Amino acid sequence: MSDEDASVTQPHAASDGTGQDGTGQDRTSQNRTGQEVVGAEGGLPDRFDNPGLPPHRSRTTDRDPKAAKRAERLVAALFGLSILGTLTALVGYVVVRFPENVPENMDAYLGQVGLSTRVLGIGLAVALLGIGVGAVHWAKTLMPDTEQVELRHPLRSSDEDRAAALSVLAEGGAESGLGRRPLIRNSLIGAMALFPLPLVTFLGDLGPLPERSLRTTFWKKGMRMVRDPEGGAVKAADLSLGSVVHVMPEDVDEAPDKLAERAKAAVLLIRLDPAALAEQTVPGAYQGIVAVSKICTHMGCPVALYEQRTHHLFCPCHQSTFDVTENFKVIFGPAKRPLPQLPITVDDQGYLVARSGFDQPVGPSFWERG
Amino acid sequence: MTAPAARRRHPLARAALLLTGLLVTGAAYAAVSPGTAEAAQADSADIAAGQQLFAANCATCHGMNAEGRDNAPSLIGVGAAAVDFQVGTGRMPMAGSGPQVPRGTPQFTQAQIAQLAAYVAGLSPGPAIPDASTVDPSRGDPARGALIFRTNCAMCHNFAGRGGALTRGKYAPNLTGVSPQHAYEAMLTGPGSMPVFNDQTVDPQSKRDILAFLQSSESSPSPGGLSLGSIGPVSEGLLAWVVGLTLTVGAAVWLGAKAS
Repeated sequence: MSDEDASVTQPHAASDGTGQDGTGQDRTSQNRTGQEVVGAEGGLPDRFDNPGLPPHRSRTTDRDPKAAKRAERLVAALFGLSILGTLTALVGYVVVRFPENVPENMDAYLGQVGLSTRVLGIGLAVALLGIGVGAVHWAKTLMPDTEQVELRHPLRSSDEDRAAALSVLAEGGAESGLGRRPLIRNSLIGAMALFPLPLVTFLGDLGPLPERSLRTTFWKKGMRMVRDPEGGAVKAADLSLGSVVHVMPEDVDEAPDKLAERAKAAVLLIRLDPAALAEQTVPGAYQGIVAVSKICTHMGCPVALYEQRTHHLFCPCHQSTFDVTENFKVIFGPAKRPLPQLPITVDDQGYLVARSGFDQPVGPSFWERG
Repeated sequence: MTAPAARRRHPLARAALLLTGLLVTGAAYAAVSPGTAEAAQADSADIAAGQQLFAANCATCHGMNAEGRDNAPSLIGVGAAAVDFQVGTGRMPMAGSGPQVPRGTPQFTQAQIAQLAAYVAGLSPGPAIPDASTVDPSRGDPARGALIFRTNCAMCHNFAGRGGALTRGKYAPNLTGVSPQHAYEAMLTGPGSMPVFNDQTVDPQSKRDILAFLQSSESSPSPGGLSLGSIGPVSEGLLAWVVGLTLTVGAAVWLGAKAS
């Protein structure tokens, strides 16, 4: 055994505590009785002898040709199972079909889709698993399993190789003449420095900047609030104590970027006892009806879990909790800002309308929000 | 001499005729409108019986006059629908205090619940118990109901109505197995943490659409294989970690073990 190998295996032997000399065994017994960690007669030896590899244990398949034959058949059977799996997937793909257009009987159609998914999934899983399990069983039972020792070699190159590499570099530098020809050197530096500039310019065209779209919503002064998704403007008298209504601005579906506008403009109307509202909330409220942006200030999930008794608004994504009676203050969770309130009033026909847009950007923070 | 006609009449004939006339008219009136007469009678009997039931079972917490106490809300103005929901789903009378009353087996017969409801509804007007045709899911459109459900209900009750967690131990209950009438009453009255969805904010047809959606989501098959309770990432993650990881660790142990 070489020195390197000994240094690799030594810690292993030490941790085992099964050194072959008497000292090691002595120490172990003392450890077990718990009297003394290090023996009085010298404690740890200077070095442990390499215990070497344990004796090779032959397998049943090495000793018994019948067992080897059995293992061979099992491996073949596993590969055969894989073939069956592949065929099942292929046949299942052809046999279990469903019409391209969704028919009237939705349940039967969905059942057929589900059957197809299951046949394909189980077939392909058995196909791949059969190959994998068969290969591992083959390697473990039939391929040679004698222990091999491979020594670890130092990573450092020899001194001659290192000196040769350095001289090649130095020679190359001298031959290129960079030191002697400053014109070439400087123009090369200029060319290299300019090269990334087009890429930076192209980056600017990856998409239009959001401009003001993150700061504004569809809500404008005097806009009525319609139920989402049924439609129909909401009157103040429609809401009883404890009511919530999910609303959108009246003409939001005619906006050119309808989905983006809906995503920003979602508002929740809540009616609670006016006496419960915070002082700052009252100016934007109408007789205890408050309108609040549904977009969480943390990650933009819709915050709409309103608990009627506690007046808490709860975000299902990250458990941010806002207190409606405390001007939508964050009382729990990762959100940092209160939900923005939409000031509302009623028009001459009793319909709820926005008194203005939001006074701040709705939803999560963004880079330039400030 | 007297007229033969006058002699033939008994002195009490007039009175008898009057009495007969009154009886016939009264009987005819009773026959034509028996419902109102009987209902009015039954109502006052119901209210009296309901008051007794209330005093025996509810007044400890809600007060002798349903005025409410520290931990029990006032029942004045909650209406018959709230009573039918709370008592009919076994939530009331409450067995013990906690963040939320769980659904349970009803402690009263339907007749007793009706009496309690009549008593509470008599205290002050409130939402009435909807009739059978109002809560008939077969009159609703499940597709439209799904749209309304997703906006108004899904954030608490989950996309398939299987329920979800709220703050501090409260939860939105699973909606499977809830009778359409109780689901309708819950929307109408807003029990516990649930907001109120009255007939002005979500009209009766939309409520029936929601009921139709709930019914169809309970009965429709699961095309993706195991639905795992349709409660989203929690059960799926649990299965992936417990079963998937166990299989992976088992495979690693098998790979590392020596063949015998």
